[in-house]
Order: sequence, then structure tokens, then C-alpha cells
Amino acid sequence: MNKKDVKKGLHDGLPIGLGYLSVSFAFGIFAIEQGFAIWQALIISMTNLTSAGQLAGVTLMAAVSSFIEIGLSQLVINLRYSLMSITLSQKMDSSVTTKDRFFISIFITDEIFAAASSYDHVSRTYMKSLAILPYIGWSTGTLLGALMGNILPASIVSCLGLAIYGMFIAIIVPPAKKNKAVLGVVLTACTLSCIIKYTPLSNIISDGFAVILCSVAAAALFAWLCPIKEANDD
Amino acid sequence: MINVKYFLICLAIMAGVTYLVRMLPLVLIRKKITNRFLRSFFYYIPYAVLASMTIPAMLYSTSSMPSAIAGLVVGFILAFFERSLLTVAAGTCLAAFILELIL
Repeated sequence: MNKKDVKKGLHDGLPIGLGYLSVSFAFGIFAIEQGFAIWQALIISMTNLTSAGQLAGVTLMAAVSSFIEIGLSQLVINLRYSLMSITLSQKMDSSVTTKDRFFISIFITDEIFAAASSYDHVSRTYMKSLAILPYIGWSTGTLLGALMGNILPASIVSCLGLAIYGMFIAIIVPPAKKNKAVLGVVLTACTLSCIIKYTPLSNIISDGFAVILCSVAAAALFAWLCPIKEANDD
Repeated sequence: MINVKYFLICLAIMAGVTYLVRMLPLVLIRKKITNRFLRSFFYYIPYAVLASMTIPAMLYSTSSMPSAIAGLVVGFILAFFERSLLTVAAGTCLAAFILELIL
């Protein structure tokens, strides 16, 4: 164990863990509102560690969707982690064994990726130390949100359920303002999902598949129209 | 509560798929993706997913649509002026709650 790497990992992980408290709190409330039990909300967070995927998952489960739909939606929504894993894979130094890779995989999230990828090389100790606090934050926040969801009156819970959408808006809008291609992606995805919702297409395409179709179509269209610069090395 | 058997199967699928998309590349792929289309696609997909999950589903997620619209508008304005994640989320909830009180 390298003490410097432990300290560096915890230090980088602390703000992520604190941020996760609020997002997962919102998820916990949302899950209760959708009819899940507290333990169900908690175990989802402890085994998935991903906001958009979990939100889609509970929405689909609440509607008693098919297993294929649930699996495919997770695949599409979380496919971005594959790219992050590929990038991180090359930054891991020789201390990281294959067994470590199996373990560290549980904790690849947007924020953990962002922190780790800011270094040229990362060790196994750094990766594990980095992951601890976000994982605790994510689980604790979900538990607290689920508990609050059971205590507060339904009218308040229904409004608090919007928090997670508010966070999505906070993630989408600033980059869409600065980058026209991202704006195009967002507008295309919204337009497509409205078209499906408000036309007879909604009778054949379920909510889960709608998200998959809209997001793959919008991202593929703009990957073709406005490919990112080669220099953009994430 | 969601049916326990159905829940546990869904949970296993969700956790399994999510783990595999993270694990397989980390264990198997040790060189860079150079295909520009794929790199771009991966770059855009998170925004596309979040956008299509939010619109129009958000509008139907409270007890009445006007409160959800109020939340959306206030959230958008706060996000446009680049307020923090927490501020945008709180503003979204608060706007919806105030509208529900009025109506």
C-alpha cells in the first residue's frame, strides 16, 4: 500500500462522494415515489452505481417492462462506461492486476473516470481509494432519500421526484449552450422522444425502447454530421 | 412494493449488464479506439440519453402537469446560468411545489 496514493485517492473521492449524496438522495425519493421499498432502492444503488441507468431501470420496473427492455436500456444508457474503461485501461500501471481490474470495474462512473483520467498513470491503491467515498455517498444518499420518501407527504415527494430531472437539466444545458453539436444532439433526442410519445408510435414503442431509439439515433446522426476533433483525447 | 421475484430478476439483469459494459473493456481491451465515428458516438450518447429521458417524461412525473412545467422552466433557467447541480435540482423542486400550492 502506497500511503500517498491512499491520500490522493480519498482526497479526489471526497467531493465526488458529497456530490453523490444529493443525486442519490433524489434517486431514493424517486424510487419510493415509483412504489419501491426502501431496501429495494438501496440494493439497486449498491449494485449499479449509475444515475441515468438506475432511473430508467426503476421507471421500467414500475411499469413491469420486459426483461429484454430492461437489459437493453441498461446497455445503451451505460455503454459510455465502455469508452471510459478503455481509456482508463491504458492509464493503469503495472500494480493493477487482472483481479484488480475485475474489482475496479464496479466503480467506473463519469465522475470517478474524470478524476482518474486527469493523471497519466494510476495505481491499484489510488483507484480503490478513489472509489470508496463515492460508493459510500451513493449508498447513504439513496437510503436517506428512501427514508425521507416514506416520511414526507405524497405531494412533497412528488415534487422532490423532479430533483433527478433537475440534475439532468443541469448536466445537459451548460455544454449545449457552448457546443452547437451537443445542442443538436439534445434537441434531436427531445424531438424524437416527443414524436414517439405523441403519435400512434407510442402504441408500438414502449418507453424503454423509446429512450434507446432516440438516443442512439441522435448520437449516431451527430457523430456522422459533426465528428469530434481528433485532438480531443479523453 | 414491487413484486420481489420480478424485482430480483430485473436487479440481476441491470447490475449484470452495467457491470459487463464496465468490466469487459477494462479487462480485455488494452489499446485505444481510433475510429472517429465511434469516439464521437460515445461522446454524444450521454447527452442524448439524458435529454430523451427528461423530455417529455418529466412533464408526467408530478401529480399535475403545470407544476412539472414550472419545474422544467425554472430548472432550465438556473442551468442556463450555470448554477450548481444542487441549486438547479432544488429550484426545480421548489418551483413545482409552489405551483402545486397555488393550484
